Amino acid sequence: MAKPLLSVENLSVSFDTPKGVVEAVRGISFEVGQERLGIVGESGSGKSQTGRAILGVTPGRVSADRIEFDGIDLRNAPARVMRDIRGQRISMIMQDPRYSLNPVMAVGWQIAEAYRVHTDASKREAKQRTLDMLATVRIREPEKVFDLYPHQVSGGMGQRIMIAMMLIPGPDLIIADEPTSALDVTVQLQVLAILDDMVRDRGMGLIFISHDLHLVSSFCDRILVMYGGQIMEVLEADALEKAEHPYTRGLLNCLPDLDHRQDVLPVLERDANWLLTNGASE
Amino acid sequence: MSPDAANGSLDAAEQGEDPAPPSRVFRKFLSIIKHASSILLTFIGLTAITFIIGRVMPADPVLAIVGDRASQDVYDAVYLQLGLDKPLIQQYLIYLSDITRGDFGTSIMTTRPVLDDIIRFFPATLELATIATFFGVILGIPMGVLAAVNQGRLIDHVIRIIGLFGYSVPIFWLGMVALLVFYAALGWLPGPGRIEVYYDGIVEARSGIILIDSALQGEWEIFWNALHHLVLPSAMLATFALAYIARMTRSFMLDQLNQEYILTARVKGLSESAVIWRHAFRNVLVQLITIIGLTYASLLEGSVLTETIFAWPGIGQYITTSLFNADMNAVIGGTVVVGFCFVGINVLSDILYRIADPRARE
Repeated sequence: MAKPLLSVENLSVSFDTPKGVVEAVRGISFEVGQERLGIVGESGSGKSQTGRAILGVTPGRVSADRIEFDGIDLRNAPARVMRDIRGQRISMIMQDPRYSLNPVMAVGWQIAEAYRVHTDASKREAKQRTLDMLATVRIREPEKVFDLYPHQVSGGMGQRIMIAMMLIPGPDLIIADEPTSALDVTVQLQVLAILDDMVRDRGMGLIFISHDLHLVSSFCDRILVMYGGQIMEVLEADALEKAEHPYTRGLLNCLPDLDHRQDVLPVLERDANWLLTNGASE
Repeated sequence: MSPDAANGSLDAAEQGEDPAPPSRVFRKFLSIIKHASSILLTFIGLTAITFIIGRVMPADPVLAIVGDRASQDVYDAVYLQLGLDKPLIQQYLIYLSDITRGDFGTSIMTTRPVLDDIIRFFPATLELATIATFFGVILGIPMGVLAAVNQGRLIDHVIRIIGLFGYSVPIFWLGMVALLVFYAALGWLPGPGRIEVYYDGIVEARSGIILIDSALQGEWEIFWNALHHLVLPSAMLATFALAYIARMTRSFMLDQLNQEYILTARVKGLSESAVIWRHAFRNVLVQLITIIGLTYASLLEGSVLTETIFAWPGIGQYITTSLFNADMNAVIGGTVVVGFCFVGINVLSDILYRIADPRARE
């Protein structure tokens, strides 16, 4: 790879709880270029916290040897610099539009706000850009949708609004944190297709966080498999079937297969020893 | 048919679908009717309950008027005059038709029409309650927000202690200590009453609110005197309002700051003040409308303790004194007026709620 957009070395995220320190991410390293990187893992494997730590929006304690984006050290960047990066350079699509949109603000203005914060565009310009953007994410009546409130739009439309909001400032890297998990299966594919087009057209880097191994393998170039806050294995997406790590094999085997009848699906095995080897690195 | 309804059906015909959905105007009209009738029902319930309480009270209204040494003839005459021989339901209807004309009867204690008394006493309470709520809001909200944003830090603890103090310290104690310190010891502020005795009756009572009346008539000396008199009692009530509003704002704010849309706002690259005020606070405001409305309404009932300590001729004191003298016309009249204010403020906060929260509009 020529020059990675983002490189992360030895990233850890921990939380102080009354019961002691909980380590969500334990020293992971990876790089992302202008590619689609999938991060898969079970709930609690630290995949979402990884995304949030990059943007500096996790409430947990972050430590890393390196978090470098386009030559900028994100670890100790001042708040101003981080704000300029958020949205404009790196942005994040969140899981459920029912919760991730502000309920008392018209959706159009929420998108326009994302644009205005990084440009000195007038309200009118921002509105026009927003209408164009809504059309780009295949919303049929942008003028009408602009004035709707989040409770008035469906999940699929809400997620397209979310995509529009996060892509309108033209970021270089986008972190999609389970962007389709809250949607119906049929709508999932539409939303993914839109995301796919946008990332391809604009030559962005994408970190796609999901628990769905097959979805990730069909959508991404490379896959990081995470377990217990560590990276278990790094795979090329088309080499998924050749995965070696017992955890990845376990994840693959516990999915039912239409072609081969299985009466009992194997239970996913977890081994605490996997965490001792300090995971895989690139 | 209204012009709007005609347009609605025309549109439907043109598009050839949706066989004329009930027009927007019609639905709006229906919802207004629905609201108006619920307000009307509340008022009827309010008057019915106060009326019944007034009639079943063991105090004999005739005795209260004629005194216990009157002859049976005089007693009977007054009994008939008050209409007490008629069935209860008829008495209630008479009472209802009287109060719609603003006739709450005559106060035995003051010998004036109850309405005149209320017009005299209520502005004093209104003045106090409005100022207290105003300061409670403009100080309490920023305090609550500040505490929530700095959760767990020193400033949060300080604000929480102030809140706990304001909410739990007895107001009669606080009022007396304040008088002792600022009036008796330091002499910075005047003592009880709305105004110095020698200024009494100089400005003509138009609104009954001395600040407004004196300002309108250019009596600035009186204006300043009245303002000084207001400081202590309104500070007492404001402390209470502030403590409650700050506490609720803090808890609403903490709740909103944990929502996902706040993360969205941060990810967009918004400044922390935009995240807090434009996003979180707009949602908190929706919840605060109800809290502020309730605080204001409860202060409008008149705070008997504060009014007593500061010799403030307000509605709370008026109703309490009337109650002790079995002056039922005055008690019921005062209660109905306070109830009207309560319902009025609730209606107002319902309207504001709809403006602030798009989810409540449907």
